Amino acid sequence: MKSKLAALLAGLVFGAGLVISGMTNPAKVLGFLDIFGRWDPSLAFVMIGAIGVHFVLLRLILRRPGPLLGGVFERPLREAIDAPLVVGAAVFGVGWGLGGVCPGPGIVDAASGSGYAIVFMIGMTLGIIAEHRSLGRSGAGLTSA
Amino acid sequence: MDSFTPVSALIGGALIGLSASLFTLFHGKIAGISGIFADLVSPGRRSFDRSIGLYFLGGLLLAGGIARFVHPSALPSTTPSLAVGAVAGLLVGFGTRLGSGCTSGHGVCGLSRLSTRSLVATLTFIAAGMATVAAVRVLGGAV
Repeated sequence: MKSKLAALLAGLVFGAGLVISGMTNPAKVLGFLDIFGRWDPSLAFVMIGAIGVHFVLLRLILRRPGPLLGGVFERPLREAIDAPLVVGAAVFGVGWGLGGVCPGPGIVDAASGSGYAIVFMIGMTLGIIAEHRSLGRSGAGLTSA
Repeated sequence: MDSFTPVSALIGGALIGLSASLFTLFHGKIAGISGIFADLVSPGRRSFDRSIGLYFLGGLLLAGGIARFVHPSALPSTTPSLAVGAVAGLLVGFGTRLGSGCTSGHGVCGLSRLSTRSLVATLTFIAAGMATVAAVRVLGGAV
Protein backbone atom coordinates (compact mmCIF):
# COMPACT_ATOMS: atom_id res chain seq x y z
CA MET A 1 0.00 0.00 0.00
CA LYS A 2 2.80 2.40 0.90
CA SER A 3 4.44 1.52 -2.39
CA LYS A 4 1.30 2.29 -4.39
CA LEU A 5 0.73 5.60 -2.63
CA ALA A 6 4.35 6.59 -3.27
CA ALA A 7 3.88 5.83 -6.98
CA LEU A 8 0.66 7.85 -7.03
CA LEU A 9 2.47 10.78 -5.39
CA ALA A 10 5.35 10.60 -7.89
CA GLY A 11 2.86 10.54 -10.76
CA LEU A 12 0.93 13.48 -9.33
CA VAL A 13 4.11 15.56 -8.99
CA PHE A 14 5.08 14.61 -12.56
CA GLY A 15 1.65 15.63 -13.84
CA ALA A 16 1.75 18.92 -11.93
CA GLY A 17 5.13 19.62 -13.49
CA LEU A 18 3.79 18.97 -16.97
CA VAL A 19 0.82 21.29 -16.38
CA ILE A 20 2.85 24.12 -14.81
CA SER A 21 5.60 23.90 -17.41
CA GLY A 22 3.30 24.29 -20.42
CA MET A 23 3.90 20.79 -21.80
CA THR A 24 0.19 19.95 -21.60
CA ASN A 25 -0.70 22.70 -24.08
CA PRO A 26 -0.19 21.41 -27.65
CA ALA A 27 -0.03 24.97 -29.02
CA LYS A 28 2.86 25.70 -26.65
CA VAL A 29 4.69 22.52 -27.70
CA LEU A 30 4.22 23.30 -31.40
CA GLY A 31 5.50 26.84 -30.70
CA PHE A 32 8.68 25.31 -29.25
CA LEU A 33 9.17 23.17 -32.36
CA ASP A 34 8.39 26.06 -34.73
CA ILE A 35 11.95 27.37 -35.10
CA PHE A 36 11.26 28.86 -38.54
CA GLY A 37 8.13 30.66 -37.34
CA ARG A 38 7.23 32.33 -34.04
CA TRP A 39 9.64 30.23 -32.01
CA ASP A 40 8.86 30.03 -28.29
CA PRO A 41 11.96 28.57 -26.58
CA SER A 42 10.17 28.17 -23.21
CA LEU A 43 10.12 24.39 -23.27
CA ALA A 44 13.90 24.22 -23.45
CA PHE A 45 13.70 25.50 -19.86
CA VAL A 46 11.57 22.49 -18.92
CA MET A 47 14.43 20.25 -19.97
CA ILE A 48 16.95 22.42 -18.11
CA GLY A 49 14.87 22.34 -14.90
CA ALA A 50 14.09 18.63 -15.09
CA ILE A 51 17.61 17.48 -15.95
CA GLY A 52 19.18 19.92 -13.49
CA VAL A 53 17.20 18.48 -10.59
CA HIS A 54 17.26 14.84 -11.66
CA PHE A 55 20.98 14.81 -12.51
CA VAL A 56 21.88 15.90 -8.97
CA LEU A 57 19.28 13.91 -7.01
CA LEU A 58 19.87 10.73 -9.01
CA ARG A 59 23.55 10.73 -8.04
CA LEU A 60 22.65 11.02 -4.37
CA ILE A 61 19.95 8.35 -4.63
CA LEU A 62 22.14 5.83 -6.45
CA ARG A 63 24.62 5.90 -3.55
CA ARG A 64 22.04 3.98 -1.56
CA PRO A 65 22.21 0.17 -1.57
CA GLY A 66 18.68 0.04 -3.03
CA PRO A 67 15.33 1.79 -3.36
CA LEU A 68 13.53 2.81 -0.14
CA LEU A 69 10.57 0.50 -0.72
CA GLY A 70 12.47 -2.62 -1.74
CA GLY A 71 13.73 -4.11 -4.98
CA VAL A 72 16.76 -2.94 -6.90
CA PHE A 73 17.62 0.04 -9.07
CA GLU A 74 16.49 -0.44 -12.66
CA ARG A 75 19.22 0.14 -15.23
CA PRO A 76 19.14 0.62 -19.00
CA LEU A 77 20.29 -2.58 -20.73
CA ARG A 78 20.99 -1.46 -24.26
CA GLU A 79 23.99 0.61 -25.18
CA ALA A 80 24.17 0.37 -28.96
CA ILE A 81 23.19 3.29 -31.16
CA ASP A 82 21.17 1.19 -33.59
CA ALA A 83 18.60 1.66 -36.33
CA PRO A 84 15.52 0.98 -34.15
CA LEU A 85 16.62 3.72 -31.74
CA VAL A 86 17.09 6.35 -34.45
CA VAL A 87 14.14 5.35 -36.64
CA GLY A 88 11.86 5.05 -33.62
CA ALA A 89 12.90 8.46 -32.28
CA ALA A 90 12.38 9.99 -35.73
CA VAL A 91 8.88 8.48 -36.05
CA PHE A 92 8.06 9.71 -32.54
CA GLY A 93 9.37 13.18 -33.46
CA VAL A 94 7.16 13.37 -36.54
CA GLY A 95 4.12 12.44 -34.43
CA TRP A 96 5.13 14.96 -31.76
CA GLY A 97 5.53 17.68 -34.40
CA LEU A 98 2.16 16.87 -35.97
CA GLY A 99 0.13 16.68 -32.78
CA GLY A 100 2.07 18.71 -30.21
CA VAL A 101 1.57 15.92 -27.68
CA CYS A 102 3.95 13.37 -26.17
CA PRO A 103 2.90 10.46 -23.91
CA GLY A 104 2.89 12.13 -20.46
CA PRO A 105 0.92 15.22 -21.49
CA GLY A 106 -1.38 12.98 -23.57
CA ILE A 107 -2.40 11.11 -20.41
CA VAL A 108 -2.83 14.29 -18.34
CA ASP A 109 -4.80 16.05 -21.08
CA ALA A 110 -7.03 13.04 -21.70
CA ALA A 111 -7.86 12.93 -17.98
CA SER A 112 -8.76 16.62 -18.10
CA GLY A 113 -11.48 15.73 -20.59
CA SER A 114 -9.84 16.95 -23.81
CA GLY A 115 -11.41 15.09 -26.74
CA TYR A 116 -8.31 15.82 -28.81
CA ALA A 117 -6.08 14.14 -26.23
CA ILE A 118 -8.44 11.17 -25.89
CA VAL A 119 -8.26 10.59 -29.65
CA PHE A 120 -4.47 10.96 -29.45
CA MET A 121 -4.29 8.36 -26.66
CA ILE A 122 -6.42 5.89 -28.64
CA GLY A 123 -4.05 6.33 -31.58
CA MET A 124 -1.03 5.98 -29.29
CA THR A 125 -2.37 2.76 -27.79
CA LEU A 126 -2.93 1.31 -31.27
CA GLY A 127 0.58 2.38 -32.28
CA ILE A 128 2.09 0.64 -29.25
CA ILE A 129 0.15 -2.54 -29.97
CA ALA A 130 1.11 -2.39 -33.65
CA GLU A 131 4.80 -2.12 -32.75
CA HIS A 132 4.46 -4.90 -30.20
CA ARG A 133 2.81 -7.25 -32.69
CA SER A 134 4.90 -6.45 -35.73
CA LEU A 135 8.33 -6.29 -34.16
CA GLY A 136 7.71 -8.08 -30.89
CA ARG A 137 10.63 -6.73 -28.95
CA SER A 138 10.50 -7.05 -25.22
CA GLY A 139 10.25 -3.82 -23.36
CA ALA A 140 12.43 -0.75 -23.33
CA GLY A 141 15.56 -2.71 -22.52
CA LEU A 142 15.42 -1.99 -18.82
CA THR A 143 16.26 -4.46 -16.14
CA SER A 144 15.85 -4.66 -12.42
CA ALA A 145 18.33 -7.51 -12.16
CA MET B 1 -0.15 31.52 -25.70
CA ASP B 2 2.82 32.58 -27.79
CA SER B 3 4.43 34.28 -24.82
CA PHE B 4 7.82 33.28 -23.49
CA THR B 5 7.41 31.62 -20.08
CA PRO B 6 10.85 30.54 -18.85
CA VAL B 7 10.07 30.74 -15.11
CA SER B 8 7.00 28.49 -15.10
CA ALA B 9 8.83 26.18 -17.52
CA LEU B 10 11.78 25.94 -15.12
CA ILE B 11 9.52 25.34 -12.10
CA GLY B 12 7.46 22.73 -13.93
CA GLY B 13 10.63 21.11 -15.20
CA ALA B 14 12.08 20.98 -11.68
CA LEU B 15 8.92 19.18 -10.49
CA ILE B 16 9.33 16.67 -13.32
CA GLY B 17 12.94 16.09 -12.27
CA LEU B 18 11.84 15.74 -8.64
CA SER B 19 9.17 13.20 -9.59
CA ALA B 20 11.61 11.13 -11.64
CA SER B 21 13.94 11.18 -8.62
CA LEU B 22 11.18 10.10 -6.22
CA PHE B 23 10.22 7.23 -8.53
CA THR B 24 13.80 5.99 -8.50
CA LEU B 25 14.24 6.58 -4.75
CA PHE B 26 11.03 4.76 -3.81
CA HIS B 27 10.82 2.06 -6.45
CA GLY B 28 14.15 2.00 -8.27
CA LYS B 29 12.30 2.71 -11.51
CA ILE B 30 13.13 4.96 -14.44
CA ALA B 31 10.21 7.31 -15.08
CA GLY B 32 9.69 6.62 -18.77
CA ILE B 33 6.02 7.31 -19.41
CA SER B 34 5.73 5.59 -22.78
CA GLY B 35 7.26 2.41 -21.37
CA ILE B 36 5.08 2.42 -18.25
CA PHE B 37 1.97 2.97 -20.37
CA ALA B 38 3.01 0.31 -22.89
CA ASP B 39 3.41 -2.19 -20.05
CA LEU B 40 -0.23 -1.65 -19.17
CA VAL B 41 -1.69 -1.90 -22.68
CA SER B 42 0.48 -4.52 -24.39
CA PRO B 43 -0.76 -8.04 -23.77
CA GLY B 44 1.94 -10.22 -22.29
CA ARG B 45 4.40 -7.41 -21.96
CA ARG B 46 5.55 -7.15 -18.40
CA SER B 47 8.88 -5.60 -17.57
CA PHE B 48 7.98 -4.72 -14.00
CA ASP B 49 5.27 -4.73 -11.37
CA ARG B 50 2.26 -3.34 -13.19
CA SER B 51 0.55 -2.02 -10.08
CA ILE B 52 3.38 0.47 -9.49
CA GLY B 53 3.05 1.74 -13.05
CA LEU B 54 -0.71 1.83 -12.75
CA TYR B 55 -0.55 4.04 -9.67
CA PHE B 56 2.10 6.29 -11.22
CA LEU B 57 -0.15 6.84 -14.24
CA GLY B 58 -3.04 7.28 -11.79
CA GLY B 59 -1.13 10.27 -10.41
CA LEU B 60 -0.90 11.73 -13.93
CA LEU B 61 -4.65 11.23 -14.39
CA LEU B 62 -5.31 12.90 -11.06
CA ALA B 63 -3.16 15.86 -12.12
CA GLY B 64 -5.22 16.21 -15.31
CA GLY B 65 -8.48 16.08 -13.38
CA ILE B 66 -7.28 18.74 -10.94
CA ALA B 67 -5.83 20.94 -13.71
CA ARG B 68 -9.22 21.07 -15.38
CA PHE B 69 -10.47 23.08 -12.40
CA VAL B 70 -7.41 24.98 -11.15
CA HIS B 71 -5.38 25.69 -14.31
CA PRO B 72 -7.54 25.17 -17.42
CA SER B 73 -5.48 27.60 -19.52
CA ALA B 74 -2.62 25.06 -19.45
CA LEU B 75 -4.77 22.45 -21.18
CA PRO B 76 -5.45 21.98 -24.91
CA SER B 77 -7.47 24.80 -26.45
CA THR B 78 -6.20 25.50 -29.94
CA THR B 79 -5.25 22.12 -31.38
CA PRO B 80 -4.75 20.46 -34.74
CA SER B 81 -7.75 18.48 -36.04
CA LEU B 82 -8.89 15.23 -34.42
CA ALA B 83 -7.68 13.31 -37.50
CA VAL B 84 -4.21 14.80 -37.11
CA GLY B 85 -4.35 13.95 -33.40
CA ALA B 86 -5.15 10.31 -34.18
CA VAL B 87 -2.32 9.98 -36.72
CA ALA B 88 0.05 11.77 -34.33
CA GLY B 89 -0.91 9.30 -31.59
CA LEU B 90 -0.23 6.31 -33.83
CA LEU B 91 3.22 7.63 -34.74
CA VAL B 92 4.05 8.52 -31.14
CA GLY B 93 2.97 5.09 -29.90
CA PHE B 94 4.85 3.17 -32.57
CA GLY B 95 7.94 5.38 -32.52
CA THR B 96 8.40 5.51 -28.75
CA ARG B 97 8.28 1.70 -28.55
CA LEU B 98 10.63 1.17 -31.47
CA GLY B 99 12.98 3.81 -30.08
CA SER B 100 12.64 2.58 -26.47
CA GLY B 101 11.50 5.86 -24.96
CA CYS B 102 10.00 9.31 -25.19
CA THR B 103 10.54 12.81 -23.84
CA SER B 104 10.60 11.54 -20.25
CA GLY B 105 12.59 8.31 -20.56
CA HIS B 106 15.20 9.57 -23.01
CA GLY B 107 14.87 13.35 -22.70
CA VAL B 108 14.86 13.66 -18.91
CA CYS B 109 15.97 10.37 -17.33
CA GLY B 110 18.40 9.26 -20.03
CA LEU B 111 20.10 12.62 -20.41
CA SER B 112 20.41 12.89 -16.60
CA ARG B 113 22.20 9.52 -16.75
CA LEU B 114 24.49 10.88 -19.48
CA SER B 115 23.33 8.09 -21.80
CA THR B 116 24.65 8.43 -25.34
CA ARG B 117 21.66 6.45 -26.64
CA SER B 118 19.27 8.90 -25.03
CA LEU B 119 21.22 11.87 -26.36
CA VAL B 120 20.97 10.51 -29.90
CA ALA B 121 17.26 9.75 -29.45
CA THR B 122 16.50 13.17 -27.96
CA LEU B 123 18.33 15.11 -30.66
CA THR B 124 16.59 12.94 -33.27
CA PHE B 125 13.04 13.43 -32.00
CA ILE B 126 13.48 17.16 -31.45
CA ALA B 127 14.96 17.57 -34.95
CA ALA B 128 12.19 15.44 -36.47
CA GLY B 129 9.56 17.44 -34.57
CA MET B 130 11.01 20.75 -35.77
CA ALA B 131 11.25 19.47 -39.35
CA THR B 132 7.64 18.30 -39.19
CA VAL B 133 6.35 21.65 -37.92
CA ALA B 134 8.36 23.39 -40.65
CA ALA B 135 6.98 21.03 -43.30
CA VAL B 136 3.40 21.58 -42.12
CA ARG B 137 4.05 25.33 -42.23
CA VAL B 138 5.38 25.14 -45.81
CA LEU B 139 2.51 22.92 -46.94
CA GLY B 140 0.00 25.21 -45.22
CA GLY B 141 -1.47 22.33 -43.30
CA ALA B 142 -3.93 22.09 -40.48
CA VAL B 143 -1.67 23.08 -37.59
